[in-house]
Amino acid sequence: MTDDSPLLRVEDLRVEFPTEDGVVHAVDGITYEVHRERTLGIVGESGSGKTVSSLTTLGLTRQQGASVSGRIIFDGQDLVALSDAELRAIRGNEIAMIFQDPLSSLHPFFKVGAQLIEAVRVHRDVSKQQARARAIELLGLVGIPDPSRRVDEYPHEFSGGMRQRAMIAMALANEPKLLIADEPTTALDVTVQAQILALLERLQRELGMAIVMITHDLGVVAEMADDIAVMYAGRIVETAPAKTLFAGPGHPYTWGLLKSIPSLTSTRKEALVPIPGTPPSLINRPSGCHFHPRCFYAQPDHARIDPRLEAVPDVPDHHVACLLAPDVRERLWRELAAGATPERARAVVGLPAPSSGDQTGTTTPAAGVVPAAPEVGP
Amino acid sequence: MTRYIIRRLLWGVLLLIAVSALTFVLFRILPTADPAKLRAGRLQSPKIIAEIRHDLGLDKPLLTQFWLYMKGIFLHFDLGFSYYSNAPVKELIFDRLPATLSLVLGGAVVWLVAGVSVGIISARRAGSRLDRASMGTALVLVSAPEYWLGLLALFFFASDIGKIPLLPGAGSYVPLTADPAKWFTSLIMPWLVVAAGTAAIYARLIRGSLLETMGEDYIRTARAKGLTERSVVLRHGLRSAINPIVTVVGIDIAVLLGSAVLVETVFDIPGIGRLNYTAITHSDYPIIQGTVLLAALFIVVANIVVDIIYAFLDPRVRYS
Repeated sequence: MTDDSPLLRVEDLRVEFPTEDGVVHAVDGITYEVHRERTLGIVGESGSGKTVSSLTTLGLTRQQGASVSGRIIFDGQDLVALSDAELRAIRGNEIAMIFQDPLSSLHPFFKVGAQLIEAVRVHRDVSKQQARARAIELLGLVGIPDPSRRVDEYPHEFSGGMRQRAMIAMALANEPKLLIADEPTTALDVTVQAQILALLERLQRELGMAIVMITHDLGVVAEMADDIAVMYAGRIVETAPAKTLFAGPGHPYTWGLLKSIPSLTSTRKEALVPIPGTPPSLINRPSGCHFHPRCFYAQPDHARIDPRLEAVPDVPDHHVACLLAPDVRERLWRELAAGATPERARAVVGLPAPSSGDQTGTTTPAAGVVPAAPEVGP
Repeated sequence: MTRYIIRRLLWGVLLLIAVSALTFVLFRILPTADPAKLRAGRLQSPKIIAEIRHDLGLDKPLLTQFWLYMKGIFLHFDLGFSYYSNAPVKELIFDRLPATLSLVLGGAVVWLVAGVSVGIISARRAGSRLDRASMGTALVLVSAPEYWLGLLALFFFASDIGKIPLLPGAGSYVPLTADPAKWFTSLIMPWLVVAAGTAAIYARLIRGSLLETMGEDYIRTARAKGLTERSVVLRHGLRSAINPIVTVVGIDIAVLLGSAVLVETVFDIPGIGRLNYTAITHSDYPIIQGTVLLAALFIVVANIVVDIIYAFLDPRVRYS
């Protein structure tokens, strides 16, 4: 295997959960790559499928009766096709995961040390003493002071930041090649968030692992990620290297995410613009472009046509799934970046307003409509 | 912790005094048969009855009677004499205690093992036919009165009257010290009957508790470590799911130690329950008071023990 082959390649991954109300299309055909020693940021609102796709990488959606299709190639093996036992050998060993809430993610009745020792001994044939020494070493590595004493404490005796450090230590127990971090800083204080991100960056440098950073916070990925994938309703709607994405985001949803958070460079007069509406139900998804009911720039045929992820002309590695023409998107973003409201940007570019009603509810697919190849043009 | 236990013990003593006072008053104020009359038998002349009443101390004011009773307990651990058999209550109770302990502790082992394992299996296959069958059976067992289950068991399996003579029936109890093998076989049916209802409750309790626990974030963490499903369930899941069981098991054992009346009667096991039952029919106050006090003692002690065990099980619990 050559060194520039991706460490993880997810191909057309679909994850569906059958429920009493219908099939939940949690992940709907996503493709992405994670390269060795690099960080991919997966961004999206709750329910966009970002966590489910990562849990599926570890096979953790199998118990919930998920039906999974597509391929997840990790280091040359397809994880989707592996048996439970084969997956277990990879879980916590070559791929490790840390979660959002470190308090609820640590077992309340076991000492932090015991949980670390367990993580080591699942995959390594070492004595309890050796595993304990490793546990203390790991706690030191993640910056917990006095680790030989703290190793015998319970999770409730740790502070929030320390618990997340302990979780990270547990994930690193077997020096994984890939670390999946699912909202690792969301439950923490802002000051602690920065420390945890800095810690992850340092560990990535020292241990040479790849990271998948799942978050709803573009600020976090701006700091950490080399590449970014934006997910909406189970699909990737935009993907690009971080620099490219922040320089010229191409999808109205990404614009919405960017304009709904305050930034240091924006002037005080600039109002934050929330994305209207709520994420769609993954059982009855909107027809056409799934984002059209919430999109300021949706046109009538966007409720009909399902956009595909397409390369942005002249921008390397930048893909966007949007029915607006690339030059229209570019002009819209230029207006928005200059501080225009979405309505104003729309008027300047000369787009008609979306028909009323589309902004609120989801529309059902019209009968007999065949999803066509995306046609662009106003 | 030590101070906490001492404080709890002192409260326990107070509680026991209150229970004694209550039973003392209850059986003397509420209309029951007059123990003096019962003792007089056929010689029911008022003079003899008055004499007997005087001998038993029943002619003294109620408060004085209670004071003497309490003094006896605290100074000499003396629970008085049975009106009916004239033997010391303490002796009668200690004679009967091994039989009740055998029945209840053995039953507890049965209901714990059966309840917990059925609960785990049901939770792991929630919604399956096996799960629904076990939970259905559990519902039947919870609802079935134990004297009825006991009679049913005797009717089918007792070696003397049963349709399929399989196990020793009523009245076959022998003490453990006399013949361990017979002791065991004679108790198999009583154990199953006494455990049936509680096992069913525990199975449902464990099932619900484990299902809830398996949805916790730390179970996901355990799986993400690469643990086998077996150790995820039995080590991480059960460790949390067992807590509510620990809370009830102590109390359940204590309650049953004081009130295994029905099963002891059906299987004719000479235990505390039977003693209590005969005492009530004979208005034998000292025995009633003794057994009630013993039952209360079991419950007080069980509560303290459960609290202490709980502190060991859940490191977040601290008493002060």
